Amino acid sequence: MAVPVAFFALFFAYPVTAIVARGLRSDGAWHLGRITDVLAQSGIRHVLWFTTWQALVSTALTLLIALPGAYVFARFDFRGKQLLRAVVTVPFVLPTVVVGTAFLALVGRGGLLDELWGIRLDTTVWAILLAHVFFNYAVVVRTVGGLWAQLDPRQEDAARMLGASRFTAWRTVTLPALAPAVAAAALMVFLFTFTSFGVVQILGGPTFSTLEVEIYRQTSEIFDLSTAAVLTIVQFVAVGAILGVHAWTVRRRESALRLVDASTTARRPRGAGQWALLAGVLGTIAVLLVLPLTVLVERSLDAPGFGYYKALTSDDSGIFLVAPIAAIGNSLQYALAATAIALLIGGLAAAALTRRDAGRLVRGFDALLMLPLGVSAVTVGFGFLIALDQPPLDLRSSWILVPLAQALVGVPFVVRTMLPVLRAVDARLREAAAVLGASPWRVWREVDLPLVRRALLVAAGFAFAVSLGEFGATVFIARPDNPTLPVAVARLLGRPGDLNYGQAMALSTILMVVCAVALLLLERIRTDRAGEL
Amino acid sequence: MSTTKKFLAVAVGLGMVTLSACTSSGSDDKSDSGTVTLVSHDSWAVSKNVIAAFEKESGFKVKVLKDGDAGQALNKAILTKDNPQGDVFFGVDNTLLSRALDNKLFQSYQAKDADLIPPEFLVDPLKHRVTPIDFGDICVNYDKAYFDEKGLTPPESFDDLVKPEYKDLLVTENASTSSPGLGFLLGTAAKFGDDGWQDYWTKLKANGVKVVDGWEQAYNEEFSGSAGGKKAKGDRPLVVSYASSPPAEVIFADPRPKTAPTGVATGTCFRQVEYAGLLTNAKNEKGGKALIDFLNSVKFESDMPLNMFVYPVREDAKVPEEFTEYGPQVQDSETLSPEKIAKNRDQWVKSWTSLVLK
Repeated sequence: MAVPVAFFALFFAYPVTAIVARGLRSDGAWHLGRITDVLAQSGIRHVLWFTTWQALVSTALTLLIALPGAYVFARFDFRGKQLLRAVVTVPFVLPTVVVGTAFLALVGRGGLLDELWGIRLDTTVWAILLAHVFFNYAVVVRTVGGLWAQLDPRQEDAARMLGASRFTAWRTVTLPALAPAVAAAALMVFLFTFTSFGVVQILGGPTFSTLEVEIYRQTSEIFDLSTAAVLTIVQFVAVGAILGVHAWTVRRRESALRLVDASTTARRPRGAGQWALLAGVLGTIAVLLVLPLTVLVERSLDAPGFGYYKALTSDDSGIFLVAPIAAIGNSLQYALAATAIALLIGGLAAAALTRRDAGRLVRGFDALLMLPLGVSAVTVGFGFLIALDQPPLDLRSSWILVPLAQALVGVPFVVRTMLPVLRAVDARLREAAAVLGASPWRVWREVDLPLVRRALLVAAGFAFAVSLGEFGATVFIARPDNPTLPVAVARLLGRPGDLNYGQAMALSTILMVVCAVALLLLERIRTDRAGEL
Repeated sequence: MSTTKKFLAVAVGLGMVTLSACTSSGSDDKSDSGTVTLVSHDSWAVSKNVIAAFEKESGFKVKVLKDGDAGQALNKAILTKDNPQGDVFFGVDNTLLSRALDNKLFQSYQAKDADLIPPEFLVDPLKHRVTPIDFGDICVNYDKAYFDEKGLTPPESFDDLVKPEYKDLLVTENASTSSPGLGFLLGTAAKFGDDGWQDYWTKLKANGVKVVDGWEQAYNEEFSGSAGGKKAKGDRPLVVSYASSPPAEVIFADPRPKTAPTGVATGTCFRQVEYAGLLTNAKNEKGGKALIDFLNSVKFESDMPLNMFVYPVREDAKVPEEFTEYGPQVQDSETLSPEKIAKNRDQWVKSWTSLVLK
């Protein structure tokens, strides 16, 4: 428990507090009056309103589009399901710059829709909303679908046998059991879209701005640290509230449900209606998820003889001090280090959270671990810059800073994955081992480890993929001569010219393939009780 | 309890190992007094032989930290000023200079050749905290082909831009996020005064000005006259860019055209000056001073135009032929004193944002 707490205190709470204090403290006194001043500005209120509004609409759209998908994944058995489950998860771990780029290539000027029908969405809010659905489809499918697959279909059958219509049976039997999962998924989607940064930054232009984007502008461009600090606090409170509600629904979900093995509930679709539903979902996935990714690949190949890929290996572009291809090596190294840190911290936290005697305080820590997902990466990045500058912690010029920042977003995934599995380990096994004289270390190695090994691998995979794609904080602290893949993509995109654009597409494609491979491997070792997020 | 403690001990131990490992690998030349570190923005560029000559002459090795765009690099430097990441900062311009000076980012140092800098560029004559290095003009560029085709005279002045024949033609940058965007706003404020610029922008908005976030997007995607914009099928023949953009269009084209494809509306210019300064708390003060002398030297100033597309402040530095051949003669660009900019910048940007963007 002490290690994760120390980790979060040092690498999260301390830097964030430092940067907020820089904005709200001067001459040794706090100026909390600035909070009301800032919130009174109409521009800021507009940002707050837009942030909330687009998050609500994005969440509703995602649920609408992804719930049929969750049903299909839960109840139907069809060829290529495993592959498809990995495919729909790829967007979730892709860096937002890549997603933004893919959508620009699809709906922007000269994009696919523009070429075909002259439709451009890049200056409208629709591009943002669609990109959010693209991102979060997997959240709903995995969270809701995961539970749905474990609900016994015979309960619904029984209700129908007793005379209920198909809809009534679904409404009175399945829906109540499913509701907490739907609520949890909706809250996660709301959280992710509420704090959306890269997508809005690329697709929104100067008129659309979320809190997160505004914090970035205020800190990095306008240098109004007071306003940035106030907005950080507002976002912090909002995210805290969302997480609180989320924790509550999760707890409700853990309450008695008769679950069955997921593999027994799926069957081949029967009848025209079910085939049509399957086709509809597959069609949606093809258009909404696969098409943007395909456009990305197509653009990356838009030069003879893999020209853009070849160009990645030359270092005379002047943008980097190294050839862009080196970013792949950097990314993999950083992501591995970040995964190791996230597993250590997340694993220890999960272990502490499963202890029987874990009190209210510890359970509160559970929600706290999720906070880095909702705090502006810019805030964390700038916080690192000003807080971690004194020996022995002068880490500013150290490579470790990048994996540390990435681990912050990896830890919540590790905890979420490990927790359900660890909780399922019968405590009596541990007690028995202890009674027989095993040391705590040995108990862990002989009892817990074999049981959670698969979950550990899944957690590692998720942490790895998420670290690989982390952009917001990395872009601030990665050194110019050591760019990661997403940072390199963003920098190439910021440069004029065909060649740079093509290289950005090529690097994005490489990143996508690496993520997809990691996820496919995960699908193979998926645990029955794999965590959801 | 004891397990927790053990874990802690292990973790702390691990942490120490990692930390010491990375300090030993990361501190390759930090402690070496022979290294001088320059903090700058992403546009920093210099010819290899020029910097090598300085290293040889002075005995200092130069390390460069490019820390984001001009605004970001400055903001990071201010945030870390108590324990700076380098010794010299290059690239703060007159629009942001007050932010640097108010935050006491720089310490006094008068460059060796300071007396060779024309007096109009000197802004801190008493304390010499910054040394002017280069300047450029932010002006509206036009797409020559578009205006030839339409048989329309390209605009020349701020007043032209609000005329109906130029409706829906101009794209500019967000003044709160982009340095040319801010420069253009300051140019209008200098031209029309504290009260007049808002009226002007109301008219400009009515005349269909488009605002995008950054220069890259405006120039390389929206503007129809640049190489990038042509490929992206940009449809705005007027863009806020630099007076040095037309020569750049020629130099980076293969084969080079006889004349520049774009021109400059010379009555819409705002002068931007870039400065360098010795950072407060610089670890290598001596090296920093030598580096500032170098930045102010004829050798560097003659090298920089083709690397960063700016003009040298020193009159004895060489301006490349391409600049004089393809670039405009900007006679009277608008200027504002750093004090005036400091006093009004934030308020102007705020009013501009609510006037133009909301």
